[in-house]
Amino acid sequence: MAERPSNSATPRELTQNPLKKIWMPLPCKNGLPEKHISQRKVCMTNCPTLIVTVGLPARGKTYISKKLTRYLNWIGVPTREFNVGQYRRECVKIYKSFEFFRPDNEEGLKIRQQCASAALNDVRQYLADGGQVAVFDATNTTRERRGTITAFAEQNGFKVFFVESVCEDPEVIAENIVQVKLGSPDYTNCNTEEAMEDFKKRIKCYENSYETLDEVLDRDLSYIKIMDVGRRYLVNQVQDHIQSRIVYYLMNIHITPRSIYLCRHGESDLNVKGCIGGDSGLSPRGKEFANYLGQFIQSQEISDLKVWTSQMKRTIQTAEAVSVPYEQWKALNEIDAGVCEEMMYEEIQQHYPLEFAMRDQDKYRYRYPKGESYEDLVQRLEPVIMELERQENILVVCHQAIMRCLLAYFLDKTAEELPYLKCPLHTVLKLTPVAYGCKVESIYLNVDAVNTHRDRPEVGIFTYLRC
Amino acid sequence: MTLSVWALPSADMTTAQEKNELTQTPLLKIWVPWLGMGGCKLSCRRGSSVPQLTNSPTLIVMVGLPARGKTYISKKLSRYLNWIGVPTKVFNLGQYRREAVQSYKNFEFFRPDNEEAMQIRRACATNALKDVVIYFSKDHGQVAVFDATNTTRERRISIVSFSKEKGYKVFFVESICDDPDIIAQNITEVKVSSPDYVNCDKDEAQADFLKRIECYKQSYVPLDDEKDRHLSYIKIFNVGSRYLVNRVQDHIQSRIVYYLMNIHVTPRSIFLSRHGESELNLLGRIGGDSGLSPRGHKYATALGGFIKGQHIKDLKVWTSHMKRTIQTAEHLGIPYEQWKALNEIDAGVCEELTYEDIQENHPEEFALRDQDKYRYRYPNGESYEDLVHRLEPVIMELERQENVLVVCHQAVMRCLLAYLLDKTSDELPYLKCPLHTVLKLTPVAYGCRVEHICLNIEAVNTHRERPGNVDVTRDPEEALKTIPEHF
Repeated sequence: MAERPSNSATPRELTQNPLKKIWMPLPCKNGLPEKHISQRKVCMTNCPTLIVTVGLPARGKTYISKKLTRYLNWIGVPTREFNVGQYRRECVKIYKSFEFFRPDNEEGLKIRQQCASAALNDVRQYLADGGQVAVFDATNTTRERRGTITAFAEQNGFKVFFVESVCEDPEVIAENIVQVKLGSPDYTNCNTEEAMEDFKKRIKCYENSYETLDEVLDRDLSYIKIMDVGRRYLVNQVQDHIQSRIVYYLMNIHITPRSIYLCRHGESDLNVKGCIGGDSGLSPRGKEFANYLGQFIQSQEISDLKVWTSQMKRTIQTAEAVSVPYEQWKALNEIDAGVCEEMMYEEIQQHYPLEFAMRDQDKYRYRYPKGESYEDLVQRLEPVIMELERQENILVVCHQAIMRCLLAYFLDKTAEELPYLKCPLHTVLKLTPVAYGCKVESIYLNVDAVNTHRDRPEVGIFTYLRC
Repeated sequence: MTLSVWALPSADMTTAQEKNELTQTPLLKIWVPWLGMGGCKLSCRRGSSVPQLTNSPTLIVMVGLPARGKTYISKKLSRYLNWIGVPTKVFNLGQYRREAVQSYKNFEFFRPDNEEAMQIRRACATNALKDVVIYFSKDHGQVAVFDATNTTRERRISIVSFSKEKGYKVFFVESICDDPDIIAQNITEVKVSSPDYVNCDKDEAQADFLKRIECYKQSYVPLDDEKDRHLSYIKIFNVGSRYLVNRVQDHIQSRIVYYLMNIHVTPRSIFLSRHGESELNLLGRIGGDSGLSPRGHKYATALGGFIKGQHIKDLKVWTSHMKRTIQTAEHLGIPYEQWKALNEIDAGVCEELTYEDIQENHPEEFALRDQDKYRYRYPNGESYEDLVHRLEPVIMELERQENVLVVCHQAVMRCLLAYLLDKTSDELPYLKCPLHTVLKLTPVAYGCRVEHICLNIEAVNTHRERPGNVDVTRDPEEALKTIPEHF
């Protein structure tokens, strides 16, 4: 926030930050402009938020924790998950059996408590060190445990938001166990039946002492209760913007099996010339690719496939060949290169050498003059991601920078990696959610195209930023 | 990651040629297949910056005792949906009843044993649903909000079967409130002044209305966790402290839930203002990123004084990323946040041109803009329709906030104002948002009270009315007739 003394009448001079093209007030301190909220941050809370999962084992808590963490990081909210099970595995090197979790196992209880404390300590450290959201992933099934966590949060000035997953469908639970528990480090030396039996007994250990979030007793807590994998939600006392966004996200995700196909438009005339941006049509090879794409999609025999394109000619031309009704999203348009639109990299180097250098310094945050940055792209793609979560089988025909942003979301890539993800022309990526992540298949459709990927240069040209 | 190369089975490639031909619609700048030979068989949705939100019409059904905010929610939701481009209409049963029974006597009309009244009320419901059918089938409506108590299971079942028959999706919105203060407040704000009570004094009206509520209470069956588990609904408890959401079916229902969970009724004011007059404003040029003129700086100072004088509690200030709004905010002495989404409409190739320049260099574009100013997209730029979609997160956050001052731009302010004052897309691009004037909007009853505060600092006029002749063949003078003066 741009702080200033309240009785000051003269407005401050503005200067435009050369990388992000943000107008910021002077004066400078130590040769650098004053710290300022140059970009509207998603999280409008002043204090960090602690998200606490609640639920019996195999109810999807870790799935939700990881997915939520991935989403929040992607939209720019530094988030980390703290899985108590992992702390326990580090403490108790070898897992023997469910007996560890028996409520009368004094030693087991002590260790588990220590692990929870260790995790909370790390939470405190993370949130003090620039983290904004911490996801505390554990069963937290007793009111007593939740009370301890709430007290811890109050002490440290964190807001608390509970996410409870309640599910009694035996099929869903069995499927969870198969997908993520059997492959867990705990069960490396067991066969499937042994592991399944043991895990079921483990769940039983928690069942007797499980106190679900109560409408009356817990009416002052902020929480969402997810019932039956999203059929029903109970939302209580949402405090602020970030909690509202979390609720919205959680209410839009689903676990129905499906695949997401990502590809760029076919090679365009401007691609061939080596120019960026613009709104040109497909080159002959691009048209060939489009046709191949249509055939490929047909061969996959996908049920109820949705197709999305941008509003630029080249993606629409590509989709036309797929023979499936498509929808145009302006939000999927390629990054706006502003004054550099339709230039070749050599021309940019020639006319805007400073800009060119700055882009290489911080490609994620760099904004083209009168254009956009990758950071801007992520913000405008957020509704697309939200709708992608709601959808099932879908093909998105888009552009290089766009595809990098979408891919970074699905594959949990950082802002540093995102602008350098490889998204070559004429290659389809098939993403299939599995366990806690995404399986990726890359299918090259065997039509030649130019390479449009530019790696981060070895030696950066550094400029001294003056205010 | 697995990699593979896919080999094309021998297939017919001749149709590839036709399929890639596209043409760009001149007004909306949307690429569509060239309908040369035989037309296009694909049913692609054209002409919009956003995809379809729903396939079948949706009937939103309100549920709840009187004075639980059903009409407030209905109107607000309808305003929001229309603004984001989903044609929506409210069908308020009370209005149908008022038309059928010309004068309201007292609460006895609503007694459950009043057979005659029951018949009338049932007939009204039937008529309302008939109008819903017409709205969906003939008027291209997409969402209808059936605003009535719908407090019995019997009534709700009949609505559900009606919808099933017609192929409409149903989404219930139930408002449950047992806080007597809130109910009393509601009655005071909207019931006492209702046409029903035009000849009563305040206390009489209040007393009668409370008796009216009693008439419904006995037969009220709220949506049930078990019995209604197959229905799609949201239950709102005590004005939003708690929500129960069941079986959201599609995108539009998900958006509706998100919206309902973000609105509140805490009293507050929204202040809207443009940046102070800018250097480019003086020259009659649109767009750009110039700084304030001397008069613009004067306005910003005056704005600061005005804001101080209002003694607003916890005021948040938002600006765009453009120099002129930030310079304006700098005079206020309050921390501000920059939103890229609040940037002025991108005029693409027309950036920094005067209207005279545009007429000279892009006369056809200029005419197209006058033909449909809301949907017209500048070449390489945006349309008002695009603006609305990029402003949607701003509106959502405005709903969450309390006292806010938004320092923005002409087109952006028009969009925000249209949302807050329920203006149509035809009116929106011509709303008057002059420089150096603050609008103070205070939600009251079912709408918004607006105060225009002109801070008495001179500025150029930037408002251009729609000229008489919008044809592409018009003379330059006809095009330039309504241009405001500039230096």
